[in-house]
Amino acid sequence: MKLREIQRLLQAEVVWGTEALLETNIECACSADLMSDVLAFGQPGQLLLTGLSNAQSVRTADILEAKAIVYVRGKWPDEEGLELAMVKGIPVLSTKRMMYEACGILYTHGLLGILVSDTIKKE
Amino acid sequence: MSGENVLSQSFEIIGGNFGRAGKASTTVKDILKELGIDPSIIRRTAIATYEAEMNVVMYAEKGEMTLRVTPEMVHLHLQDQGPGIPDIKLAMKEGYSTATPEMREMGFGAGMGLPNIKKNSDLFEISSEVGKGTRLEIVIYLNPKVKANP
Repeated sequence: MKLREIQRLLQAEVVWGTEALLETNIECACSADLMSDVLAFGQPGQLLLTGLSNAQSVRTADILEAKAIVYVRGKWPDEEGLELAMVKGIPVLSTKRMMYEACGILYTHGLLGILVSDTIKKE
Repeated sequence: MSGENVLSQSFEIIGGNFGRAGKASTTVKDILKELGIDPSIIRRTAIATYEAEMNVVMYAEKGEMTLRVTPEMVHLHLQDQGPGIPDIKLAMKEGYSTATPEMREMGFGAGMGLPNIKKNSDLFEISSEVGKGTRLEIVIYLNPKVKANP
């Protein structure tokens, strides 16, 4: 699913991202506010949905090679996080949807979770 | 730890400084990228480094992390000055955490840190002295076929 489609489905605002980055294809997603969990269970190329708005959310996405971040509940990254996202070229969206709702919308439109998509790939 | 040194660099980590937290790990990742290391090795190293760095930031007064890259491996040595870990076996258990609410607000403290470092390492050693500090040795082989315990 293209990031642009994710933006449309979640009625999200583009906090940062170029036109080209919005064309990025996202294969799977993971949602959490605890970055320890994201680091333990995440996988490269994923979309990160989170309500954690400090710089550690962006740093985690960078470390994990996540393709994009969606902040839920209308959150935005803090100044340091936004700067890091721009330096690392990680597109950032913000949606007013709650976490559960945002994940549900994406899942019902075919964007799988990390473990599910990993299993399907192996099969 | 043998082998010709390709690169060695040390990083100072300041305890409690959440603003700078993770910068050393990002630098390590950038260095490995510049060296043309395999992306999966970079990812494993970056995750292990970041978790270890966050542990120092969250629990210790200060620490030093040394990265060494040889033709065979990425080696990370961490030594912190802090409270130490009274029960390492317990600390290695997934989900066990002594994190404060402040640490959780930063997105850490799920009790996955040390197990996740071990999971991403080929060799992992931890030792700790209560009241003095904790030492970590992490090795990730550049050739994935080389295993710690064949």
